[in-house]
Amino acid sequence: MDRLLNVVTGMSVLLIGLVFFAIRRAHIRVEYSVSWLGAALVLLILAQWEWALGQVAEFLGVNDAPFALLLIILSLFLIVFYRFSLIISDLKDANIALTQKLAIIEYQLQHVQEKQPPSGNA
Amino acid sequence: MIRPQLPDSLMILIPAYNEGGAIRRVVTEVQSLLPQTPILVLDDCSTDDTRTEALAAGADVISVPYHLGLGGCVQAGYRYAYDAGFSYVIRIDGDGQHDPRFIPDLFAALRHSPVQMVIGSRYLNGKVPATSFARGVGIWFFRQILRLILEKEVHDPTSGFVGVNRQALEVFARSFPLEYPEIEALVVLQRRQFQFAEVPVVMRRRMAGVSTITALKSFYYVLHVLLGVIVNILKYEGKRRKG
Repeated sequence: MDRLLNVVTGMSVLLIGLVFFAIRRAHIRVEYSVSWLGAALVLLILAQWEWALGQVAEFLGVNDAPFALLLIILSLFLIVFYRFSLIISDLKDANIALTQKLAIIEYQLQHVQEKQPPSGNA
Repeated sequence: MIRPQLPDSLMILIPAYNEGGAIRRVVTEVQSLLPQTPILVLDDCSTDDTRTEALAAGADVISVPYHLGLGGCVQAGYRYAYDAGFSYVIRIDGDGQHDPRFIPDLFAALRHSPVQMVIGSRYLNGKVPATSFARGVGIWFFRQILRLILEKEVHDPTSGFVGVNRQALEVFARSFPLEYPEIEALVVLQRRQFQFAEVPVVMRRRMAGVSTITALKSFYYVLHVLLGVIVNILKYEGKRRKG
């Protein structure tokens, strides 16, 4: 049990470190880092605070605290992935709408340019 | 730039992806039958000479900067037609399977009946066209599903030879299924209590190229469209973003 909790602690710290590094390098936007930071913090707290983990396990009706921790990890990651699916869907819709509008504007612009008389540059 | 010249004007929309071998002939055929009707080719980021061929044939061409897929490409055409003020749009495929001689039949049905959409159906003229077993099963399956949803028979639910009036154009310019749009589009219309009619047409073999639908893709098609139909039935329409 202790080894598992230590591994989870290490992974949580690593995840927090990676997210901060990515934010600092502007590889991830702050609003999208919140989900990962939140998930990592919850795991860190549960891994370091056995009483809290015991309470959660009891609440879930699971006798085995490590199993409860794995369930929580799975649930947290599912929530994060669901949130990112929403974000990706939204981005794809916006991307398609922008692409269509860009193509239409480009077409209109070509015709406006064709109608303009050639400029008399010497 | 194409603009409606008259009230109640029609635009022909031809979505095309790598149809360089057929698009010139398709455009020329439409022009010879309907010389005054504007033709817009929507080039879905083809990697061949589709754009050049369509322009050479005298069509106007809108090229999207990356491959959107059939639905996204057709929707771009609907968006343009709606914003430009066209009253009717008839869509034909760029591979030559849709015979332009039937465009006047679709247009007449659109103008003289109270429906918002007209489908060119290959199953209404008494002849059963040769089709693959998988496609035949798929069409039969979706006929049964759509009969339940629409409470009406659709003989050719996968036909892309369709015409829409301005009411349907407004809806499709905002919201149109992205992949394999034909069947889902019927559900979108049904949710707005719109009507459709079918007009008999004869479909030809494609003039060039090969179909991208393989056996595996047919299976994916059925699953995808089925899910799309269910999603469209369940879709919450209250909060609609302006596209």
